[in-house]
Amino acid sequence: MNNLALKELLYKMADDQLILGHRNSEWTGFGPLLEEDIAFSSMAQDKVGQSLALYTLLQTLGESDPDTIAFTRNASRFHNCILVELPNQEYDFSLIRHFLFDTAEALRFEALTNSAYEPLAQLARKIRGELRYHTLHANTWMKQLGSATEESITRLQKSLEAAFPYALGIFETSPYEAELIDQKIFAGEAALKEKWLARIESVIHQTQLQLPDWKTLTPVYGGREGKHSEHLQPLLDEMSEVFRIDPTAEW
Amino acid sequence: MNESILQILESVKDPEIPVLSLVDLGVITDVDVQDKTVLVKMTPTFVGCPAMDYMKAEVEAALQKNGFHPKVEITFEKPWSSDLISEKGKAALKKYGLAPPPDGKLFTDLEILETASCPRCNSTNTELKSPFGPTLCRSLYYCHDCKEVFEQFKPL
Repeated sequence: MNNLALKELLYKMADDQLILGHRNSEWTGFGPLLEEDIAFSSMAQDKVGQSLALYTLLQTLGESDPDTIAFTRNASRFHNCILVELPNQEYDFSLIRHFLFDTAEALRFEALTNSAYEPLAQLARKIRGELRYHTLHANTWMKQLGSATEESITRLQKSLEAAFPYALGIFETSPYEAELIDQKIFAGEAALKEKWLARIESVIHQTQLQLPDWKTLTPVYGGREGKHSEHLQPLLDEMSEVFRIDPTAEW
Repeated sequence: MNESILQILESVKDPEIPVLSLVDLGVITDVDVQDKTVLVKMTPTFVGCPAMDYMKAEVEAALQKNGFHPKVEITFEKPWSSDLISEKGKAALKKYGLAPPPDGKLFTDLEILETASCPRCNSTNTELKSPFGPTLCRSLYYCHDCKEVFEQFKPL
């Protein structure tokens, strides 16, 4: 098994979960209604916990301990897609990002339940069930607000168009794509993207929203190789602020 | 699994639902006793469950108190599902005021979440308010008959 390929896959998945988990946590205390405050906070807790499980797998492959990995790297060493690091903006943008990202993530873990790397397959079988609650949440609100008032539909459509090029960046391919597929570790980004488009489309069709003409859009790549927007480093500075005061503290 | 060890572990409760033992919760997936050394395998209900370290420490303390040398391993070999909650555990949940999870085999596309029976009046005239509640393993419902909000232990 190619460890470099496997590590690259685990890093990008763990970093996606950690960074979006942090963004979700920024809704704590600011949700538009109490249930949404709780929902985004719960999804934050799920995602940060899932990132910890993935970083723990990386540790078994010879990487540093999870806290060191999470809190001491600079932006250029993170492999998350740029979509997850973008600021929350208004609720409509956060909901659209949650819908686009979590649909992809749920399908990714679904595919990984058959991974030839058994520890990841075990974890995926576990996380798959948890992510069903995230996609249920996203789909419920998409269907409600995507067919509600002129304002809700206009806002969601605008955010959908703004987020879509970044969402296509989720599927930026890895230099190890062929190995991962050959060794049956992961079915690959292209296969995932195809399933994702079908799933996204089936939900959008139940609303008054229009799916952007994605073939004419330029995907925003770079995140997977450490080229990020200006928004990631400030997020990392804030997230690691307490850790950096005393990295050796016992919690 | 070893009966006397299970009895000791029965005394360790879920820190957030103190009527439910870890054995009834289904998070103890394996016990192996060799002399005085006890290897316990545990698995979290939800991957991000913040109570996991606490529960692990409680298991270690309970075994040490009874003269054993515990070795507790957290693993996803046998992942937790809500079907692992025992019948006794489900009854304890209901008595505590939490709707027990329905059979996980029915949990395919989450439609099951639409129907939970109220732990107070047993009505199924209930409505899902949010799939997320005060802890990762609970969701929020409203009962149209007794007009009260209640929580359900999520099927997973």
